[in-house]
Parts: sequence; C-alpha cells; structure tokens
Amino acid sequence: MSAGETNVLELQGVGKRFGGITACKDISFTLAKGQLMGLIGPNGAGKTTAFNLITGVYGLSEGRILLEGAQLSGQRPDRIVRRGVARTFQNIRLFRNLSVLENVVIALDCHEVYPLHASFLRLPFVRRREKGLREEAFAYLEAVGLADKSGARADAMPYGLQRKLEIARALALKPKLLLLDEPAAGMNPEESYDLARLVRRIHDEFHLTTLLIEHHMDVVMALCEKIFVMNFGEKLAEGTAEAIQQDPSVLKAYLGEGFKRAQHI
Amino acid sequence: MLEYIFGVISLGLIYVIATTGLAVFTGFTGLFSLGHAAFFAIGAYTAAILTYFYGWNFYLALAAGAAAGGLVGFLIGYPTLKAKLRTDYFAIATLGFGEAIRVLLENLPITQGARGLPGIRGETNLPVLLVSAALVIWLARNLIRSRHGRAAVAIREDFVAAEMMGVDIFIGRLRSLTFSAACAGLAGGLFAHYFCFIQPSMFTSYMSTQMTAAVVAGGMGSISGPVVATLIFIGIPEALRVANIWRLVAYGLLLVLIMVFRPQGLMGYREFSLDLVKGWFGLARKGGKA
Repeated sequence: MSAGETNVLELQGVGKRFGGITACKDISFTLAKGQLMGLIGPNGAGKTTAFNLITGVYGLSEGRILLEGAQLSGQRPDRIVRRGVARTFQNIRLFRNLSVLENVVIALDCHEVYPLHASFLRLPFVRRREKGLREEAFAYLEAVGLADKSGARADAMPYGLQRKLEIARALALKPKLLLLDEPAAGMNPEESYDLARLVRRIHDEFHLTTLLIEHHMDVVMALCEKIFVMNFGEKLAEGTAEAIQQDPSVLKAYLGEGFKRAQHI
Repeated sequence: MLEYIFGVISLGLIYVIATTGLAVFTGFTGLFSLGHAAFFAIGAYTAAILTYFYGWNFYLALAAGAAAGGLVGFLIGYPTLKAKLRTDYFAIATLGFGEAIRVLLENLPITQGARGLPGIRGETNLPVLLVSAALVIWLARNLIRSRHGRAAVAIREDFVAAEMMGVDIFIGRLRSLTFSAACAGLAGGLFAHYFCFIQPSMFTSYMSTQMTAAVVAGGMGSISGPVVATLIFIGIPEALRVANIWRLVAYGLLLVLIMVFRPQGLMGYREFSLDLVKGWFGLARKGGKA
C-alpha cells in the first residue's frame, strides 16, 4: 500500500487569518482510509475553523487540503460535499420546519439527477424516484434509531435526537469523509456513551473515515485511535490516545494535571 | 351583477397566477421581492405589443409575455443573487428594479409612454383564466414536491446547512426567481388582454407589495394559503366598494389582524386538504370539552 492512495484527507501547512487574527496556523495531518481521528483542544483553539476550511466555508490563507490525493481547497462548499465530505454542526442546523424524513431526503437529493422539466411535469419516473428516495431516507433513519420519528417536525424533537438526525443527514450524503463537530455536546455521560457507540457503529458500517471534534474526553479516548490536539490555532500534539494522555503539554494546556485515563467502551 | 362578480373573479385569478409564482420564490425559497409588478408589466407589455402592433396569436403572445418575464427575472437575478445579497438587501434591489422598469415603460416609443396602449384585443376570458391558474398551480406544486423544490426549501430553512447538503444556493434561488417572474409575466399578459388597456402607472410598487402581502398573509411554505389570501384581498375591497375609501382601511386592518393572530399566515407550511378540515373539526371538539 502506498501512502498516497490510502490517505483520505491530507492537510498540508493549512493556515487561516481573519484580518490580524490567526485562527489556524500551519496545521498538517493525514487521515488514512478507515481511520477515526479526534480533534481536541480548548475553546477557541481553531477546531471548528479547521472544519470550515476543509468544507470550503472559508477560503485558505495558506497551505493545501487534499481529498484522496486531489486538491480540495478553493472549491465551493456544495462541490466539496459532492466530492464526498459531509459534516454535522456544533450548533445544530437542521431544516427546522420540515419533517425528520424530509431532512434526510434533501441530503439524498445530492446524488439525484432527474432534470428540471421532469420535476415540473412530475413524470412517472420522478414519482418512482421520489418513492425510492423516501424508502432510502427511512433506511438512514433506522441506522441512527430515528425510524419511529420520521413524521415528526425536526425542531419538535429533543436535542439529543436532533443531533442524531444531523448524523443521519450527513450519512445520506454518502460521504467518504465524515466530520462530526461536537456530536455529544450538552449530553450527560450516559447519553454521550450511547452516542459514542453510535459513532463507532456507523463508522464501521458505512466504511467511513471520520474526524471528530469533542470535549467529552472519555468519548474521544475510547473512540479515536489517533488524536490531534490544537491550541491557539496551532498544533500542540499528535498521537495515540495513550500518548496524548501522558503528554505534559496537553495536560497543561487542556486536559488538566489530574486527568485520569478513560475506560474503554 | 353576474358580470361584475365574474369580473372580480377574473381579476382574482390573474393575481392568483402571479402570487403562486411569488409563493415559490418567497414562501418556499425565502427571498422577498418588492418589484414583482415589473415582471407583471413586462409580460403585459410584451404580450400586448405583440398582439396590438404585430397581430400575433393571443396564446403565443401570452407565452412570449411569460418568457419575457422569466428572461428578465433571470437577467436581474444573475448579478444580484450571484452577489449573495442578504435577503433584505435583495428586496431593496428589487424595489429599485421595479421603479426602473416603470420609468422605462414611460419613456420608450413602443410602449407609447404614459398614454399607454388602448384598444388591446379583449381575448382573456374566464375559461382561459381558470385553465392558466390551474396550470400554474399544478406546475408550482410539482416543482416544490421535486428535488428542485426541496433544494429551494433547504435554502429558505438554513442556507449554510443547504450548502452542506450539496445544494447550489445561487442556482436554486435563480431558478425560483425565474419561475416566479415567468408566472408574473403570464399574469401580466392575461391582465392586458382582459382590461384591453395598459399604462405604466398600473404597475406600481403598490401592486408588488400587494402580491408579497398575499404570500405572507397566506403563509410561507404554502401554495393554497397565498391563493386563498389573494382571492380574499381582491374580493374584500370589491365587496366593500360601498364603503368608499374606508375599504382600504378595512384591507389594512385585515392584514394587521392576520399578522397579529396568525403570524405564520393562514396556512403556514401547510396546504388545504380534507385531513386538515377534519382536523379543524377535531380541534373544535377538543376545545369544546376543555
């Protein structure tokens, strides 16, 4: 196996400045196919900025981002999505007035191709495709355990379920690379364990490569084989969960001196 | 009297056609326009000039009016939507555009300026209006139930998330604007051949505002709501003609009352259906028990 073929995501010296503020500086890492990597660090460390750079929401100030060896930087967000990058949002961004099922169908539309005139005339094959899309969307809801909520309005669901719907919607984009931005935020320990198991299961089931931002350290340590730590927009450390937990600079800047080793799920 | 009632219904249907298009743009795509009277005027003048000066077939002229409206919508949308103007700035841009078109119509030789075009062939009748309105509503409904319509709704709901679902925001918005402008153009052509006379002062920002008001009062994300609201807004001032200028007060009051008591509009995010009517009765019964 040559390294070039198996790297799903590669950041090379990526930097981002907003005026005089440096949000990200010289960030480089690679994500091999099938890897589940954690991105951690204190608030304001530039983790979400990194996600916004990968997904094209912000343009890069420096460096390059490659998806499966091909240049990703400089493209529009919707094009990047079509090339196989899906994300969830730290502050939930569902289509609030729509049903749970419709939220997922919109994601499936990403790979749907029937033309505009067929939409206007609602030709028979459009009808069939629409039925197929609904069935497929339902399957994604089943994968995250939301099948019984398919008819509910998205914003009528509890917070935890909304996060699961965001994950279902991201999966429906059929991504190669999944970016999860604090999926366990605001959850109690039991719920976050539950979510960690879900992330592990979909990561394996859908053959994904996953990058996870999370503040629940037990979730990160249990899930991620590799962890990248950021602080003040720069790399602080990179390594296995074990190595990170013993790294003095990480303990000092983020985890705290008294951090105890997490148990595996 | 019957003729008068048919007249009110006809005017109502002309506005229904324009408002249905605007419902797709405002109610489903989430952008506001204060200049749709301009597309209406472009359709009216295009169709009227073609039948009046060039002796075109009425139906071909209608289609040309709709196409002209759509084309101008596309041309004005391309730079403004490409620039990703915020929705309120976009509304201001359409306001300016609407006034610019009206001034243009007042000064072009072919439109005969402020004198207008008198003696246009009166070929719009109730059957033509009914078929046109049904066709436009059918097309609009099909559109919003397709992947293209869902893209528009996604843009309305949260355009950042829509972009992350692979939706091209610019194309989605431009598509809705072009469709709504074509609907307004069709309505304009029908209007011109109904009243047999058009002049630029008919197509003021008051007309644009009335259309947008009908969409908002009818309910965002609904087609049947704005259709009903349009018929009410056209019907009430006519029914209150005896009250003279007070009818405009009543019209304003109605709008305020709808916004106070039903801020989501008559049919926000829903459509009229048998189930809904049953639901109302169900709700009434529950209310009675409590």
